[in-house]
Amino acid sequence: MPALLEVQRLEAQYRWTKVLHGVDFAVEEGGITTILGANGAGKTTTLRAVCGMIKTAGEVRFAGRRIDGRATEDIVRLGIAHVPEGRGTFVNLTVEENLRLGAYGRRERGALAADFGRVYEYFPVLRERRGQLAGTLSGGEQQMLAVARALMLRPRLLLLDEPSLGLAPLVVREIFRIVRTINRDDGVSVLLVEQNAAIALALADHAYLLETGRVVISGAAAELGRDESIRRSYLGY
Amino acid sequence: MDIFFQQVVSGLATGGIYGSLALALVMIYQATDVVNYAQGNMAMFSTYIAWSMLDAGWPYWLAFFATLAIAFVGGVAIERIVIRPVENAPILSIVIVSIGLLVILSSVAGWIYTYTQKPFPSPFPNRPVKLGNVIVGAHDIGAITVTLIVLLLLYLFFRYTTLGLAMRAAAQNPVSSRLVGIRVGWMLALGWGLAALVGAVAGIMVAPVVFLDPNMMGGILIYAFASATLGGFTSPGGAVVGGLIVGVTENLVGTYVRFIGTELKLTVALAIILIVLMVKPSGLFGRGTVHRV
Amino acid sequence: MNRRLALPALIVLAAALPFVLSNFRLFQFTLVFVNAIALLGLNVLTGYNGQISLGHAAFYALGAYTSAIMIDKWSVPYALTIPVAGLLCLVAGFLFGIPALRLEGLYLALATFALSLAVPQILKYFEHWTGGSQGIVLSKPDAPFGLPLTPDQWLYFMTLGILLLLFWLAANLLAGRTGRAIVAIRDHPTAAQAMGIDTALYKSLTFGVSAAYTGVAGALSALVIAFVAPDAFDVFLSITFLVGIVVGGLASISGAIFGALFIQFVPIWAQDISKAAPWAIYGGVLILFMYVMPLGIAGTLRLAWARYRISPKWGPRHGPQTPQRSAAPRQSRGAPR
Repeated sequence: MPALLEVQRLEAQYRWTKVLHGVDFAVEEGGITTILGANGAGKTTTLRAVCGMIKTAGEVRFAGRRIDGRATEDIVRLGIAHVPEGRGTFVNLTVEENLRLGAYGRRERGALAADFGRVYEYFPVLRERRGQLAGTLSGGEQQMLAVARALMLRPRLLLLDEPSLGLAPLVVREIFRIVRTINRDDGVSVLLVEQNAAIALALADHAYLLETGRVVISGAAAELGRDESIRRSYLGY
Repeated sequence: MDIFFQQVVSGLATGGIYGSLALALVMIYQATDVVNYAQGNMAMFSTYIAWSMLDAGWPYWLAFFATLAIAFVGGVAIERIVIRPVENAPILSIVIVSIGLLVILSSVAGWIYTYTQKPFPSPFPNRPVKLGNVIVGAHDIGAITVTLIVLLLLYLFFRYTTLGLAMRAAAQNPVSSRLVGIRVGWMLALGWGLAALVGAVAGIMVAPVVFLDPNMMGGILIYAFASATLGGFTSPGGAVVGGLIVGVTENLVGTYVRFIGTELKLTVALAIILIVLMVKPSGLFGRGTVHRV
Repeated sequence: MNRRLALPALIVLAAALPFVLSNFRLFQFTLVFVNAIALLGLNVLTGYNGQISLGHAAFYALGAYTSAIMIDKWSVPYALTIPVAGLLCLVAGFLFGIPALRLEGLYLALATFALSLAVPQILKYFEHWTGGSQGIVLSKPDAPFGLPLTPDQWLYFMTLGILLLLFWLAANLLAGRTGRAIVAIRDHPTAAQAMGIDTALYKSLTFGVSAAYTGVAGALSALVIAFVAPDAFDVFLSITFLVGIVVGGLASISGAIFGALFIQFVPIWAQDISKAAPWAIYGGVLILFMYVMPLGIAGTLRLAWARYRISPKWGPRHGPQTPQRSAAPRQSRGAPR
């Protein structure tokens, strides 16, 4: 069965600098894949490339159809939700407005109330703060809002860009727990980009290691996590 | 005292017009960081279209709404066709395009309709209206009412509809907007359409007073700049309030200060702009810009 | 090497023109030079230093009227009026630059816009000095030292000479540390300040220099046209200057010449094309220009030149090859760095 997301020979550049030099990876339907690597390896660029936010070469297939070269908003409407680096919340809009916008790109427009209910169940703090401007939330709360907004889309594929960045360990654990839940209960496939290899490998099924724009290692997450030499040389623990 | 109230009401009427045009300017500025110098002439051209309809015998309110529809479509079309090719160009280049547009509209209007001033009818009766002890013009009251209705509808649209929310989001954060599936380009086009519509209302309401000619909106545009500066270019509501204040101030100064003849009437607008910029550049309701390091 | 020959060749060409062209065409080209000086002034401020000004008509007017009043009222030799106008505008620009420090982008544009609007009215108000709406009429100076040149030819050469001098000065200023500081202030003001550049001083000085150039241009325009009147120095002139530097190319010295040619000749061509709506043609040309050359003429040429140089197919070969990325190790498992 073909993977939900298939990426082949992906190249990407900003202006005159090439960042990805032919990257191959895949996300299985219902699976969690993680892309690891140091700063500057090209992890964020990879997610941006999948979403059509930058100039790319190569092939990106979602559910069998090519999406490379298409506009970001069209790719999103196919069911890919991206929680970007820096969260990307609408800081001058309320929490509720942010969530409502999350559902904007959805096919089935109705039944918003049910989605709100579900999202507030996962993140009760958002219900408390639903009338507040998103910019007044703490870092952890904004990250939750960003994930919640992505969930409002009812996505088939969730892209997470360094969700642990700048957050307290407890908050990080909570977010990852919720990601595991929605993957298990709602069948949402996940592509996770992380610097924190330990927690990423604990969550994921499959892992890729990116170094200066190329995949240098790939394999089952559990194996990579066990392999001491890989851990020490590439993952830092 | 009666004169005072008269001038205030009259000032609110012109102020509503300044505020409407200022709102149009701010709407586009907030979404694109570009000041649309052609805004005034787009309003002027819309008013000429209304004039053509009225001249052909159409009933007033039919012509009014038809013009608004045409202005809206025109605004959308201008954004998609004229502005889109340069939307990623440096800001000054986009400004030059708006200047080109300004000049084209003025020139074509003069060519089609000539530069002779034309009278423009008001839908409101010509007789004065009595509000308590004060006598004010019916057109002034009418203009204020129409302007307020349009602005209220706009406010409701942006605040309570999904599309309005999407437009606000697209103006604030285009990147994140794309990530929730908003077609940012079309939101921008809608913004231009609404701005053109608001401008058309302003033009139609002011034409009976200043008479219709291709340079009609020149002075009004300058007052709109003053209004937006006073209210704050980052605040749509502020632009409207700024317009009202400017309108009233202009009238009161014109009435009570002797040496301000019609020649120096523009001085009021200039003085407001310079004073606000010296004291608080972001205006009454605007937010100061945060400098990212 | 090709570029080094281009400049002297152009100067020789320019020097030959007065003996080939009609008086009217000569007059037009002289105005192109005048405009180029004004545009260079504005470009230094807006293009290189990032301070947008819609008010340069004011400095142009100040220069023009300084010259006109000195000649008309005090019979000052015309040549002397030019540096005086420049100096006066330098001070005026510097003084204006001080409160302008608090304003940026849109707000500076608005303030200078308001300044432009005020100029014709102020000029008309001080009738005793400025001659009010009637303006001041001057007579064209004869060529000095009995040179066998008509007044128009002399003015052409004088303007060309001043242009070359001022352009040379600007080129030197912008190429050195000052130029780099000015550009740094435009692009990264906070970093510039952190590096010890006195941004306030530089910005005000840049305003002053910019005004001085435009003031000199104004003084020259008074001599060339032999007439000054308030309505010529309105906000539309400021907008024309802005059009000139954007079309010519921001942050570019040659851009001033391109821009000056544009603002002088395109309105006239537009009139030739359409008597009825010439400005519609002009507006159309402006828009098309921005579609095709959003970086202006000089900017587009610069980009094309740069692309040509790094193009593997068309560009010149220089020394070592551009470094290739070495092939990455495939699926290297467990190899420590």
